[in-house]
Amino acid sequence: MSLSANFTPVASAIGGAMIGAAAVALMAAFGRIAGVSGIASRLLPPHADDGFAGRLAFVLGIAAAPLVAWIASGAMPVPRIEASIPVLAIAGLLVGFGSTWGSGCTSGHGVCGLSRLSPRSLVATLAFMATGMATVFVVRHLG
Amino acid sequence: MAILVQFAIGLVFGLGLVVAGMSDPAKVLDFLDVAAIASGGWDASLAFVMAGAIAVALPGYRLVLRRRAPLLAGRFQLPTGSEIDAKVVAGPAIFGIGWGLAGICPGPAFALLASGGAAAGVFVAAMFAGMAAARGLAARRG
Repeated sequence: MSLSANFTPVASAIGGAMIGAAAVALMAAFGRIAGVSGIASRLLPPHADDGFAGRLAFVLGIAAAPLVAWIASGAMPVPRIEASIPVLAIAGLLVGFGSTWGSGCTSGHGVCGLSRLSPRSLVATLAFMATGMATVFVVRHLG
Repeated sequence: MAILVQFAIGLVFGLGLVVAGMSDPAKVLDFLDVAAIASGGWDASLAFVMAGAIAVALPGYRLVLRRRAPLLAGRFQLPTGSEIDAKVVAGPAIFGIGWGLAGICPGPAFALLASGGAAAGVFVAAMFAGMAAARGLAARRG
């Protein structure tokens, strides 16, 4: 078995550790899970609590990250988006609906939930990994 | 002050996504493309993202949750649901299909807004619509 030339284990582990550190910081400071789908979906009305401004600040922090990386490195990260606009619209709907319906996404279940050793999050993580891999197989190899 | 701290935590989270390569949808799809294991083109990087995150958050949570309360809020608000029901399988399964179509999950979606052009905007708008639909449906079901 050989791996892709784009394999970046060190950078990816460091980036992952930063994500983990942010999750721990959010718990330490505010007592909350760093689940992006939960934080983002609660930006929508009706608002159950007064945490709107903090949630917005967290999301804006994520959005500002590529700009900070640009300033720090001198190069704007160039994302490679393969899907067409109609496919992105469908994908966005499924991601938004599914992550909210299932109470979490890659961060909430995959990082925070697994770090809390939650069996529920393990089931959720296995489910989205399985359908994600199956979907890529269909699109890339059967399409 | 609290708002600035939340922004800074989001920024570290987002920089983690960028450093890890998760803000590049094609790299995410290369990880999900397990058929490429046989042909030698599989990118296993994302497994290292998850491992790196859990390696920090698992002991970090243990340490933090020993305290009586968080530093800037009244109490810890941990998820209370523990039952493994249809929702916690169906929701993530639907989410995974969208993730596999685009290579974008909610965190990276926001990290793409500055660099991903109209494509990222369309994805984020559709994602919020999907979230609103799920919340509406959940509220109607009570």
